[in-house]
Amino acid sequence: MPTVKIPPVLRPKTGGESEVSASGASVGQVLAALAEAHPDTREQLFGPDGDLNRYVNVYLNDEDVRVLDGLETAVGDSDTVVILPAMAGGG
Amino acid sequence: MATAAETIEQIKRRIEEIDPETAREEIERGDVVLLDTREVGEWKESHLEGATLVPPAEVIERADEVAPDPSQRVILYCASGNRSARAADALQSELGYENAASVAGGIKAWEANGLPVIAAEGLTPEQRMRYSRHTLLPEVGVEGQAKLLKAKVLLLGAGGLGSPAALYLAAAGVGTLGIVDDDLVDETNLQRQVIHDTTRVGAPKTESARQSIEQLNPDVNVVEHRTRLGPDNVIELLEPYDIIVDGADNFPTRYLLNDASVRLRKPVVSASILAFDGQVSTFVPYEGPCYRCLYPVPPPPEIAPSCGAAGVLGVMAGVMGLLQANEVIKLAAGIGEPLIGRLLLYDSLSTRFTELKVKRDPECPICGDNAPEIPVEEMGKFPDYELFCAAPAREPSPAA
Repeated sequence: MPTVKIPPVLRPKTGGESEVSASGASVGQVLAALAEAHPDTREQLFGPDGDLNRYVNVYLNDEDVRVLDGLETAVGDSDTVVILPAMAGGG
Repeated sequence: MATAAETIEQIKRRIEEIDPETAREEIERGDVVLLDTREVGEWKESHLEGATLVPPAEVIERADEVAPDPSQRVILYCASGNRSARAADALQSELGYENAASVAGGIKAWEANGLPVIAAEGLTPEQRMRYSRHTLLPEVGVEGQAKLLKAKVLLLGAGGLGSPAALYLAAAGVGTLGIVDDDLVDETNLQRQVIHDTTRVGAPKTESARQSIEQLNPDVNVVEHRTRLGPDNVIELLEPYDIIVDGADNFPTRYLLNDASVRLRKPVVSASILAFDGQVSTFVPYEGPCYRCLYPVPPPPEIAPSCGAAGVLGVMAGVMGLLQANEVIKLAAGIGEPLIGRLLLYDSLSTRFTELKVKRDPECPICGDNAPEIPVEEMGKFPDYELFCAAPAREPSPAA
C-alpha cells in the first residue's frame, strides 16, 4: 500500500502519526483515503470544490505532482506521497 | 644513484644542507639560482622571492633550463626539506651538479625564523594561518579563500537561523556580513540564538551579533541594518550584497524578499524551522525556481504557526542555519553543488533527510515566462504581501 508522509502541522489530525498507509491508484485516491480515515485532514487538503488546496504541495516520491498529472498521477504500492505545507519560522 | 629504499637521512648525508639564515645571506649576495621544489598549490600560498617553481617530477628535465651551468650555485627548498634534499641529490648524482644545496627545514623553517616570504595575493600571513584548514582543501585553496574574503552576504535576521549562519560565515572569512534585524535580544532567544548571550539581553540583535563576530574574526566587516525589511527599503538593502540568507520568521517578508531578489538577480539561501523540522533550498533567479515557484500561495495561519507559538528544538536552528552557511560558501567560492531546484527537508526526531525536486514554474508571476518586466522606475514598487498573506485563498494580486 502506498505511504503518505504527514507534515508535523497535520500530525495532530492523524493521531500523531507521521506516516500513514492509504490505498489508491492515484494521488487523488490516496489522499481521499487519508481524509476518509482521518476526517480532520480533509479541510487542510481539499477546497470546497474537491481540488487540492494551492497552499499544500504534494509530491509523489520526490516530484511535485503539479508537474506530473496532479491528482490523477498514478501511484504504485511502494510509492510515497509527501504532503508539504510551507513553514515561515526562522527565529 | 638514489634508490627507493634509501632513507631520506642517507640522502641528506650525501648532499649539502644549509640553514635558512645561511641560505638567505647567500641569496642576498646574489649569483644564486633559487629553486622551489613543491607543487603549484603550495607555491601560490607563499614562496621565496626570486625563486623558480620546479615541482619534483620536473627537476631533472628542467635543470638545463633553470640552471644551465652545472657549476653555478643552486639552492633548493621545499616545505620541510625532504623533497629539496632529494632534488639536490638527483642534480648532484645524475647530472653532475657540483654546487647544489638544500635548505634544511624548508620554507617552514624559513618562516619560523621570521624571514620574509611572498604571500598569496589577498591573504596576509595572519590570514594564511587563520584559514589554513580551508586553503589545505584542494577545492578551496587560496583562490577560494580569497573569494570568500571578497564576498558580501546579507543576513535577514540575527535570530535562530541567522545566528549560527553568521557565526560560521564569519569564521569562514566572508569579508562583509550585513545583518538586518530590528529586534532586541531576549532571554527566550538564548535557547538557540547562539550568537547572543546572557550579557546581551536587551541589546539590539545587530549590535550583539557584531560584537560576537568581531571577537571571532576581525577580518569581517559587519554592517548593521537595524531595521525591518519592507517594500520601501528592500531594494536599497539588497543591492550592495552578493548573496542573501533568508532567516525571516514570516511569510510576507519571504515573499517580498523573493520578489526583490529576482528583480535584482540576487541568489537567496532560504530556510525555515518549526518544532522538529526544517527546510532549506537555494534560489538563484532564472537558473532555478524561486520561492514563489515552490510556494505559490502562503498557507492559512492555522497550519503555519510561529516558533513562538508551537516551539522549536534549539538545535534545529543550528542544523538549518549551518546548512545555509554551507550553501553560501559553495556559491561564494564557486564549488560543489548548491541546492538549486532541490528542497532539503530535515526531521530531527528521526534524524532523516528527504530531498524533493523543485522546478521553475513557467506560470510563476515572479520569474515565469510571462512575468511582467519591471521597468527601472517601478523597481521599488511591490504588491502588498501583507495583504496577500492575510487572505491566502485569493488569487495573488498582480504586481503594482
